[in-house]
Amino acid sequence: MEFPDEPVDEFPAPPHDIEDAANRTIHLREADSTDSEVLLEMYLEFEPEDRAQGIPPVREEGIRDWLDVLLAPHCYNVIARHEERVVGHSVLVPDERGAYELAIFVLQPYQGAGIGTSLLETLLGLGQDQGVETVWLTVERWNEPAIRLYRKVGFETVEAESFELEMSIRLAPASDQTESTG
Amino acid sequence: MHVLVGIDDSDLGFQALEEVIERALSAGDDVTVAVYGTESTRDRLAAEATERLEAAGLPATIRQLEDRPGAELVQIADSEGFDRLVVSGDERTPMGKIRLGSVAEFVLLNADTTVTVVR
Repeated sequence: MEFPDEPVDEFPAPPHDIEDAANRTIHLREADSTDSEVLLEMYLEFEPEDRAQGIPPVREEGIRDWLDVLLAPHCYNVIARHEERVVGHSVLVPDERGAYELAIFVLQPYQGAGIGTSLLETLLGLGQDQGVETVWLTVERWNEPAIRLYRKVGFETVEAESFELEMSIRLAPASDQTESTG
Repeated sequence: MHVLVGIDDSDLGFQALEEVIERALSAGDDVTVAVYGTESTRDRLAAEATERLEAAGLPATIRQLEDRPGAELVQIADSEGFDRLVVSGDERTPMGKIRLGSVAEFVLLNADTTVTVVR
């Protein structure tokens, strides 16, 4: 996996509120394992056609096991709430090489309103606060809306040879980089 | 059925082999195992596959693929009368997303033989 040389600018960290394109007030905050029940509720409502590359799982037991992985202490999670309902979720899961894999999910009635963009930026802001340097993701190459969203936020395509596109972003200068003088 | 199963040094690769063996025992399939990876890996995989086939009471027909495993699997399956080509998908990402893997992708797009991708 390759990462861009230049880091992007700072993103806003959670918590904060936004007004989405449908004039709904959306609350964005960090989430953890205490939020597993409300996230389960969101994923039980998730439309099958919005699933990608096998996630989220379809059955309750599968969703619970999967949420155990995503809400583990070494991961970072942000959720978007509208009134009492969790309507979106973004997550960073560490890989074995010090980088993080990113995924984002938004319930269908809340798509297309800017919530995905905010969930992404807020999660990356949380990551920056916590010292995350590099983030990557895979996306089906025909998923134009998702690819546009990731590009808008600053992801670059690093591999485009298979069904899945690989994209990555640098949140901070590499910590082993030496400063050049002169 | 004549089944060609391509395996690499991965959990899913061994799972594919186990599933093929299990089916062969109940359906009477003829199994050929094609191993790929570095030379030392291939030797190790060949020995492991032989052991598993013999333990199941099946003849151990093993081939080593040296070059481009996807292309070789397709070539062998399509030209040597196999009915089924079995390959493993790739390991999932940390998030649990499916990754198809270059060998599975290649055979899916190029083989005339029916393909099974084991998950």
